[in-house]
Amino acid sequence: MKRAALLNLFIVAVALSLSGVGCKRGPKPLTPIPGQGATVGNPNDIGPTTPIDQSAISSEGIKPADRALAEWLITNGVQDRSQFAAQTVHFDLDSSVVKPGDVGKIQTVGAHLSANLDQAIIIEGHCDERGTEEYNRALGERRAMAVREVLVRSGVDAGRIHTISFGEDVPVIDGHNEAAWSKNRRGEFVLLKPKN
Amino acid sequence: MNIRTLTAGAAIVAFLTGTQVGTSADSTIKVGRDVIAFGEPPVPIAVSGFSGEVLTVLQFDLHVMGFKLVPESEAQFTVAGSNAGAVEARVKDRLGGGNLLLGKRYTGGSLRQQAHALADDVVKSTVNREGVAQTRIAFRVKTGQRANEIFVADFDGGNAKAATSDNVLVAAPAWVKGRATLFYSTYKNVFPDIVSHDLTTGKRQVFANYNGANLSPSVSPDGKKVAMILSRNGSPDLWVADIDGKNLKQLSKTRETEASPTWSPDSRTICFSSETSGRNALYTVTTEGGAMKRLATSGVGNLTEPDWSPDGKYIAFTQMRGGGFDICVVPAAGGTAQVLVEGEDPSWAKNSRNIIYNRDQTHLSVLDVPTRQTKDIARAPGNSSAASWAR
Repeated sequence: MKRAALLNLFIVAVALSLSGVGCKRGPKPLTPIPGQGATVGNPNDIGPTTPIDQSAISSEGIKPADRALAEWLITNGVQDRSQFAAQTVHFDLDSSVVKPGDVGKIQTVGAHLSANLDQAIIIEGHCDERGTEEYNRALGERRAMAVREVLVRSGVDAGRIHTISFGEDVPVIDGHNEAAWSKNRRGEFVLLKPKN
Repeated sequence: MNIRTLTAGAAIVAFLTGTQVGTSADSTIKVGRDVIAFGEPPVPIAVSGFSGEVLTVLQFDLHVMGFKLVPESEAQFTVAGSNAGAVEARVKDRLGGGNLLLGKRYTGGSLRQQAHALADDVVKSTVNREGVAQTRIAFRVKTGQRANEIFVADFDGGNAKAATSDNVLVAAPAWVKGRATLFYSTYKNVFPDIVSHDLTTGKRQVFANYNGANLSPSVSPDGKKVAMILSRNGSPDLWVADIDGKNLKQLSKTRETEASPTWSPDSRTICFSSETSGRNALYTVTTEGGAMKRLATSGVGNLTEPDWSPDGKYIAFTQMRGGGFDICVVPAAGGTAQVLVEGEDPSWAKNSRNIIYNRDQTHLSVLDVPTRQTKDIARAPGNSSAASWAR
């Protein structure tokens, strides 16, 4: 009964609120479209980006990255991907364990760095496509860090070693089978050295 | 206005209850008194008088908000109108005696915007739910071998605009609740650093640039804290800091991989994935720290990418099957998980009912959780992934 009463009220209310619709003078504009501020992130309001401010935010007492040497070399030196192309290491599915057979490759890189103190190294961690994107980005970092551990143990100063995970974003082979996946699960070395 | 809303709501509750009687108890999950009826039947609705883009928008919006477009003879509700110059429509409860639920003519904006506004009004006036047709999403679009950009678009993929033009890799964007600001990791400065990006002014600022990886930022709903994955202590761990970067605190200390933090609505608890027990599973921890608690998720395994629903009741996540992915949900307190649809990386809309996800590493789709209806959004100029729904 209560609902029926409400329903009647409702019909009256709607009829009243719509009294303008359909009459000969044309429908009144009853409701303006919700304003652009009503929902967040209107694509039409996007401004051009400004350069990233590297300065302001940092935590009290905790240093931001010490990348002075690497950043100087990136800006003023050479990024060499070919020098240690043969030293690329590979991983099992979901694993960040360096295979015993790959330790020698990493030590080759370590020996070079120990003999060239003006150089630094980036270890890139990569994954196959079978994990989710953000998990793979973390897994790629673990792989790069596992390689880093071997380098540190072979005597290279940790400050000269940088890790970058690319997750599944940069496959070497675009296939969707184990032949491609096994090649894509890898750690690569990018040598940073001054210009000659 | 309140009376009208209440009445429409009461009518549809009766309708839905009637159609649900035959449903088995197994298809619903009970969380206290709140239930998502998995397998809820879509609401039959007839749409007439519209054409072109307006019709396309209405069909998309109503489908992904739990309606089924049917001939008028089979419809519970009807939407009749036109889009000559402006969108106007009358919504009637056909099975409820033909009562007029809504009569409106829309002004301003584009016809497309008017159609989205009508879709939201239809949802409100018929089933008394909040629509999401005028909400926005951010996602990344592959633009080169080592490049992708952040795009922002209407929730259906329309009106897509690039928010970045850096020509470098960039990772999953995350919205700040209620603001046109994104946090994401960018490789712009070679190393993956977390930046904040005010979309309106274009101003960007580094938030975290520690040694190692700075990944997966997630801003608390109250806007005061940022959870993220940092590897500065030798392994990808969960960290939290104040929104001004201060009070950095490590919340997980494992040798294994943590990833993808998401916040409870009260901004006190963080859910994330961890491999610490062998396979990936979901864990929670409070911002005060303390032990990580494993979230019970029976029926599924190898789980990542949790996303806490804005109403706090459910956590959506991705199950990894070694090549395939499933979008799943589990009650936030843990329990039996429901596998909803194939795909990865779910992000809830503000209505805690719709999810946007990555269907096949190429397309983004919108899912209506109770009816499991999905549709691909409009394709951006490149493979799209890592969608985040503005709330």
